[in-house]
Amino acid sequence: MAAQAPAIDVRELSKTYEVPVREGGLAAAIKSLVQRQTRQVEAVKQISFAVAPGEIVGFLGPNGAGKTTSLKMLSGLLHPSGGQGRVLGFEPFKRQRDFLRQITLVMGNRNQLLWDIPVIDSFERNRAIYRLERGAYRQTVEELTALLDLDALLDKPVRNLSLGERMKCEIAAALLHKPQVLFLDEPTIGLDVTMQRRIRAFLTEYNQRYGATVLLTSHYMADVEALCKRVVVIHHGLLLFDGQLTELVQRFSPHKTIIVELENGHGDLGNYGEIVASSEGRVSLRVPKAETAQVTGRLLSEQPVLDLTVEDPPIEDVIEEVFDRA
Amino acid sequence: MRGLADIYSTLFRTDLAVQFQYRAAMVIWLIGRIVDTLVFLSVWTAVARSQGGQVGDFTSGDFAAYYIIMMMMGHLTFTWFMFEFEYRVRSGAFSPLLLQPLHPIHRDIATNISYKFLTLAVMLPTVGLMIWIFDPVFDPPAWAIWAAIPVILLAFLMRFFVEWALALVALWTTRTAAANQLYFAASLFFSGQMAPLSLLPEWLQTLAALLPFRWMLAFPTELLLGRLTPSEVLWGAAAQVMWLGLSWGILGAVWSRGIRRYSAVGS
Repeated sequence: MAAQAPAIDVRELSKTYEVPVREGGLAAAIKSLVQRQTRQVEAVKQISFAVAPGEIVGFLGPNGAGKTTSLKMLSGLLHPSGGQGRVLGFEPFKRQRDFLRQITLVMGNRNQLLWDIPVIDSFERNRAIYRLERGAYRQTVEELTALLDLDALLDKPVRNLSLGERMKCEIAAALLHKPQVLFLDEPTIGLDVTMQRRIRAFLTEYNQRYGATVLLTSHYMADVEALCKRVVVIHHGLLLFDGQLTELVQRFSPHKTIIVELENGHGDLGNYGEIVASSEGRVSLRVPKAETAQVTGRLLSEQPVLDLTVEDPPIEDVIEEVFDRA
Repeated sequence: MRGLADIYSTLFRTDLAVQFQYRAAMVIWLIGRIVDTLVFLSVWTAVARSQGGQVGDFTSGDFAAYYIIMMMMGHLTFTWFMFEFEYRVRSGAFSPLLLQPLHPIHRDIATNISYKFLTLAVMLPTVGLMIWIFDPVFDPPAWAIWAAIPVILLAFLMRFFVEWALALVALWTTRTAAANQLYFAASLFFSGQMAPLSLLPEWLQTLAALLPFRWMLAFPTELLLGRLTPSEVLWGAAAQVMWLGLSWGILGAVWSRGIRRYSAVGS
């Protein structure tokens, strides 16, 4: 059987911005009138990866790593400076209608719904613009309303919604045309934990129900852990890692965390490993991965242990380690 | 085509709902437009009185008719996109429009028409009031009123396309305010808003005929005043079609380049 064509195929994709450079002060301002100086900034440097249809991939990197620039190139908002990005076989920057009807870009900090009118009226505009058949549209609205619990929100003007409510409605509006590829840029930014969970659960459900491909950026590692088996990590525009999340932890975290609870509530465990936290009789020790079994054995035989667990370090720490090494 | 009709009627309905939220702002804008008209009308009426009741071939009743019709033409044809594009590009509000499978110009046409539809509710009574106060001389032949329908439509379309094409300059530079000011100053003079064009020196009238502004405002106004011959109307309509075609062509050429530029810089 022939291998399935990737939904997103990125080859040596690059983006260089030309930005004006000017020192502070009046003299520099006057000089810049005569002689404008610019500098080339390589936001994305020849990154390559592919995403299979139906896959959810986390796109990680610190601020300024090039994540949003990449998403904008893949959704057709930015013209690449080099290389190629293909989405569903289309070249995004051409923004053909058939392409635009099959993708969506949700940016957590951007508002697409009309501020002054009820949410359902903004949905109605999208129905017309995407030329959705009325019956199918109504069914989609019902499904999304049930999945995201929008019932009480649809008739409210957008300006009267809370941030979380608005985000749910933004996501629903972006999905009315049932896109096959979702580019989500920080979809849970600024939301409380409950709302973040809700959106994660919804995205999982949507992905399973419609087989949609998702490329997601988030600074909340809980999003990534809940949604993405695979992650692509970029930093300073360069691709650092592309693989399973578990592999990322294996490769970049040389430590494990052992959490011990002692019968007597205290004791000096400093010679077993580095104590990273200690409270109410529970001590967290960081130990080199290779020594985990040996240290665990020693702890159990030498200390009055009530409870002991071995964990991978938090994913945030692993990611930090990746960036530090880069 | 049916899809496009559905798009327009949906955008029109929802835009109407949006604009209804800004009734007060809308009334203030309209008052500005009416005050402009009153200023020009008062000045020219005073000049006419001081010169024995007439300036050139305009009596004070003719001035009243001229400026009341000019106000309506201004209202029916004006656009605000040359101001709005700078904001759109600078704030990134342009990006979502590019991600939808519809050319943004359709949204703008629908918004513009819905705005005018709503504001006519204020404009029409104002016109009635001004007719009662200023006693205009208004007696066009019937054919001129019929001919005004396509001429006003052409004036709306050509002004929309000219200004939308010019608004795209914002894709290259977000400092468009100065250029806009130049355009509106020229428009004030050459469209016949400052003074009826027939009162200007010959060479300025020739220049006005070569620029687009006359065909947006003065031409339909003069037609409705009954001051044009059928052949002048046909020539004027031809000029409108020419400007419409030209701006359409420029828009097509500039649009793809501008978007390429916008998408190179990002927002």
